[in-house]
Amino acid sequence: MTVSVVQFGGSNCDRDAVRALDRVGVDAERVWHEDGLPADSEGIVLPGGFSYGDYLRAGAMAAHSPVMDEVRAAAEDGTPVLGVCNGAQIGSESRLTPGAFTTNRSARFQCEDVYLRVENAETPWTDAYDEGDVIELPIAHGEGRFEIDDAAYEQLVDDDRVLFRYCDADGNVTDAANPNGSKGNVAGILGERENVAVLMPHPERAALAELGGSTDGQGVLEGFA
Amino acid sequence: MPLADADHDLVVDELGREPTRAEEHLFENLWSEHCAYRSSRMLLSNFESGGEHVEIGPGDDAAVVRVPGTDTLLTFGIESHNHPSYVDPYDGAATGIGGIVRDTLSMGAYPIALADSLYFGPFDREHSRYLFEGVVEGISDYGNAIGVPTVAGSVAFEESHVGNPLVNVACVGKTTPERLVTAEAQAAGNRLVLLGNATGRDGLGGASFASEDLAEDAETEDRPAVQVGDPYSEKLLIECNEALLDEDLIESARDLGAAGLGGASSELVAKGGFGADIDLEAVHTREPGMNATEILLAESQERMCYEVAPENVERVAEIAERFDLGCSDIGEVTEGNYVCEFEGETVVDAPAAYLADGAPLNDLGRKAPAAPERDLPEFDLAEAFEAVVADPTAASKEWVYRQYDHEVGLRTAVEPGDDAAVLALHGAGDADDEHAIALSSGANPHWTDCDPEAGARAVAVENATNLAAKGATPLAAVDCLNGGNPEDPETYDGFAAAVDGLAGTCADLSVPVVGGNVSLYNDSETGPVAPTPTLAVLGTKSGYDAPAATVSGEGDLVLVEPAEWVAGSGIGSDDPHALGGSLLLSQFGGSDRFPAVPADPGALVDALGRVAGLDSTFATHDVSDGGLAVALAELVTDEAGVDADLAEARALFSEAPGRVVVETTDADALRDAVGDDAAVTELGTATADGALSLSVGEESIVVDAGEIGELRDVLARELD
Repeated sequence: MTVSVVQFGGSNCDRDAVRALDRVGVDAERVWHEDGLPADSEGIVLPGGFSYGDYLRAGAMAAHSPVMDEVRAAAEDGTPVLGVCNGAQIGSESRLTPGAFTTNRSARFQCEDVYLRVENAETPWTDAYDEGDVIELPIAHGEGRFEIDDAAYEQLVDDDRVLFRYCDADGNVTDAANPNGSKGNVAGILGERENVAVLMPHPERAALAELGGSTDGQGVLEGFA
Repeated sequence: MPLADADHDLVVDELGREPTRAEEHLFENLWSEHCAYRSSRMLLSNFESGGEHVEIGPGDDAAVVRVPGTDTLLTFGIESHNHPSYVDPYDGAATGIGGIVRDTLSMGAYPIALADSLYFGPFDREHSRYLFEGVVEGISDYGNAIGVPTVAGSVAFEESHVGNPLVNVACVGKTTPERLVTAEAQAAGNRLVLLGNATGRDGLGGASFASEDLAEDAETEDRPAVQVGDPYSEKLLIECNEALLDEDLIESARDLGAAGLGGASSELVAKGGFGADIDLEAVHTREPGMNATEILLAESQERMCYEVAPENVERVAEIAERFDLGCSDIGEVTEGNYVCEFEGETVVDAPAAYLADGAPLNDLGRKAPAAPERDLPEFDLAEAFEAVVADPTAASKEWVYRQYDHEVGLRTAVEPGDDAAVLALHGAGDADDEHAIALSSGANPHWTDCDPEAGARAVAVENATNLAAKGATPLAAVDCLNGGNPEDPETYDGFAAAVDGLAGTCADLSVPVVGGNVSLYNDSETGPVAPTPTLAVLGTKSGYDAPAATVSGEGDLVLVEPAEWVAGSGIGSDDPHALGGSLLLSQFGGSDRFPAVPADPGALVDALGRVAGLDSTFATHDVSDGGLAVALAELVTDEAGVDADLAEARALFSEAPGRVVVETTDADALRDAVGDDAAVTELGTATADGALSLSVGEESIVVDAGEIGELRDVLARELD
């Protein structure tokens, strides 16, 4: 399988995604957005970064680029699509997933490690974990606060589409463990179907054992395997 | 008439006529202190800049060193953005990042790490906080967006920086011999291509503005001289530069910084011994009606000047188009003068070498200061401990580095907050070798204010010690020398003494100083800044893991320190427990000489590196700001503590350089490893109680991890 990592102008985690996917045995390549998706792409990563400088709203401009029409079509055909950080913002802006990611409660950029509780382990992205597992991933964002109206939030929970919630080291989902003020501590969700997932934390930054930190992100990336 | 009279006369002699308006402005900027180092060049020859691993030393956009035993080349450069950051802290700091990153691109490298050393007035002043917050946000927004991790640096708050904050930014890039490019034009007949953002009227005269004292009304009057950054364009430029290198389309390159197009293009051709014919009307501009001088000298950001073979110009334009970047074929490398045409007139016609190197050096007087008297304050242990650990200069910088993306690139193995950052060099050497680099950057203006020469020696030792504590071997250094108005003999003497000290100790350490930057005229109505010689040191190590900077609770604690101490200057002390330059005196008043420095820093640093490599070494932490008091406090976690015993309070608060606290489970092995190259002193033990228990002479205190955390959290508590 070859996964296409879509590089927009301003993407900056595209190389990292390729390296981390390679580590879990997934062949991946960077694809410049204007070139369109290769015919043989069997998975899609929307990587982190600052597409179009995030000058309007994070992810808003990229969501309207022609390659996103291809991504939406591929998603409807069942191709696995993973949006990370800015990729999650693009996913949300292009309605691949519901809700929005907006300015952190702190109004500052935050680069730090967080704990996540696995809410639904029955998806390709979380198959490596058990429900209730606590994993550690880094975040690095200024606009990661998940917001959604109450009714849609209830629906998301009822449909078991919440993948991860921010929690403390013991798995307690508390306000103190919520780094950005996300509704319900939500850190990652599924699209309408389970082949599409977005999350603000960076699984690719927790994939290389030799760097000495967490390797908990490998499980998410194995969703492509 | 912008050009000083004496310079004007020289130019008239050289040209055989009155300079045109454009020439007048071009000479003014290129011959400014900022570009021509007229007051510092004679001092810079003190630095030893060559060495076995140095591929390109000072004089290019960035230096290039080779990672020993590999084909991997690293670029290394440093820049100041001091004046702009005072006038407009957000944009001033952001464009500082942009500039040093483009210096990396123009060597054919991909930027992999940034380090920022920042200096402000006292933290309790509202204006210092405004500048600090603005600078950090500017670095954060720009550095994060371009995807280059900010992994190291320093922040100090010191009285003399109240009217003149300093923003010094270093960048490391990675490349190979095949991709390496220089700023030396290669052949007449090649085209000069300007690529990147359109040129506007921003940043006019920035180089000359950076070469004057800041006036009282600088924040309003000088704002037009500060450029505005666009990190999105910079990121496109990074990717475009990579694409141009992939196809081997660049003959030479220079980024546009101080003095804009005029500076970059004239320096590029001058370095190759050529001239140029440039059509200023070919430059893509952002606004209509710009005149020749504006096009030539605007410091609009995110622009590069490339020398391109004529047959490749079209392909370069196609690649620029792919990245939505402007691209203009603006002229040709020639064998003649540096010539610019505009609207049918020749507006510049001067020898490129004269523009680049013709500025005469300033003849400056020196007046040495007197040695500080010893006048130590009274204090009790608990009170002094709390004041020093909570001093904003020593306190936790997490509030700062949390705002920087320090992990993008998947290299960061030791994160900010430790003594030095450690980064993986993926793909250097054999696949199985874990080649890593380590980076430390900083200076301590309290030290150099007390004793410029000894303080600067300590800065060099301190940065090398940071690397050694994490098991790295120093490879090369770059310096950013900040000072006040050199025309004042006392100010200039302090600056010159700091340069002497830094150069001397870097030589003692066998660390070549491969590049640097000088920023003078950091004066305001509150006076000059203390000489502030930021040193960024780059090291290498095998393997990515390093001893922790917190104790495990299982070992004994020892202090590894110099085997022999000497006075670092004519006014310095030979006593390692002297308190000059310490945060203790900054908090409680009083004065003292600067403490002793290591007699043989090279042997010491080697020994420290050996200690870090021992299996029995569980934790290492360098002693710097706030002395042992702060180092011991920082070693404590909720799970593990420290029980230490010292003979006297001075030993707890002295900031003598070259000392590392080590948690070891085999003190004999440690003593064997250091041999005669360092002294080993027992401090106590690591414990499992999450508290610091400290006995000093008759007094003792116990402070738990929670209380230490509260003391150290002052920046976040005050600013969030």
